[in-house]
Amino acid sequence: MDFLTEIRWSPYAVGIGIGILSWLSFLISKKPIACSTTFAKTSGMLERVILGPKVTEKPYYKKIKLNIDWQWMLVIGIIIGSFISALLSGDFQLQWVPSLWAGTFGSSALLRIFVALIGGICLGFGARWADGCTSGHGISGTMQLSLASWISAICFFIGGIITAHIIY
Amino acid sequence: MFQLTKNKSNKAQLIWGLLIGIVFGFLLQKGGATKYDVIVGQLLLIDHTVLKIMLSAVLTGMLGLYALKARGLIELSLKSGSIGMNVIGGLIFGVGFAILGYCPGTIAGAIGNGYLDALTGGLPGILIGSGLFAAIYPKVKDGVLKAGYYGDITLPRLLKAKDWVVVIPVGILIILILFLLEGSGVM
Repeated sequence: MDFLTEIRWSPYAVGIGIGILSWLSFLISKKPIACSTTFAKTSGMLERVILGPKVTEKPYYKKIKLNIDWQWMLVIGIIIGSFISALLSGDFQLQWVPSLWAGTFGSSALLRIFVALIGGICLGFGARWADGCTSGHGISGTMQLSLASWISAICFFIGGIITAHIIY
Repeated sequence: MFQLTKNKSNKAQLIWGLLIGIVFGFLLQKGGATKYDVIVGQLLLIDHTVLKIMLSAVLTGMLGLYALKARGLIELSLKSGSIGMNVIGGLIFGVGFAILGYCPGTIAGAIGNGYLDALTGGLPGILIGSGLFAAIYPKVKDGVLKAGYYGDITLPRLLKAKDWVVVIPVGILIILILFLLEGSGVM
């Protein structure tokens, strides 16, 4: 079982594993692996705590429904699975500033958090606009040969590659 | 009684969701995809780990899903789309992807990995961005989101071809891209 404590696996082993996990997800739960709707549901549920039940009447929340569902649990599972993997290999570390970022922009945690917040706002907004993210469109949709997902995934990378080259 | 069994199966599905998520998160972490440096390295084209993971997942997933579909064991679960949705939304997502350095799935993994910029900056950001979209949704849902609508079509249906006539060339194309990435000398 030494492989469980290795820090990194071959990207091909990981990719094949995710592919097989997708078969199981369809067979067991009749659903593709996806993540980003969970953040919209969570956002709506937090808004409901602050502003009351009328939030549920917003057309978008009527469409996606504000509840804890299969995908919500999947996202919680990702946190746990990553934590277990990192712990087993000794790769768990509390870190404020990634090293690539620190090399160019310095080690200020506040600056990094502010930029991550701005990036997160774009990412969350764009994921809802495109109706999916790197998992739902980028992996699960493209493997089903969905046109919407192939176009989205290509645009994720066009936008990402251009922006990353502007930043660095 | 029916209600009870229905609830039981719902609860079982929540547990399946959690278990599939745990394996997914474990794999993402082992692949390095929970790390800012790896994701931004991909977008800077100095580290192709993310693309190698995604393409081998898509290849494996596609072959299995289309084989299961041919045997009638599963049905595809497709998203509807349009140019207005997928191109504009995709590009906005891409900008956020590069600025944040995580995506909605990998940020959950990054939080599990201990990365505090993901927890304190990226996560609130994604929640705010999702909420902003919910606020403007009534204004865009019948306009720009419908522009160039093509629905939940697959590439085989678009090309009016049998599934395998598209699956096999796409598979070969993915293998060729992976060989090119390996030969490029970049990680």
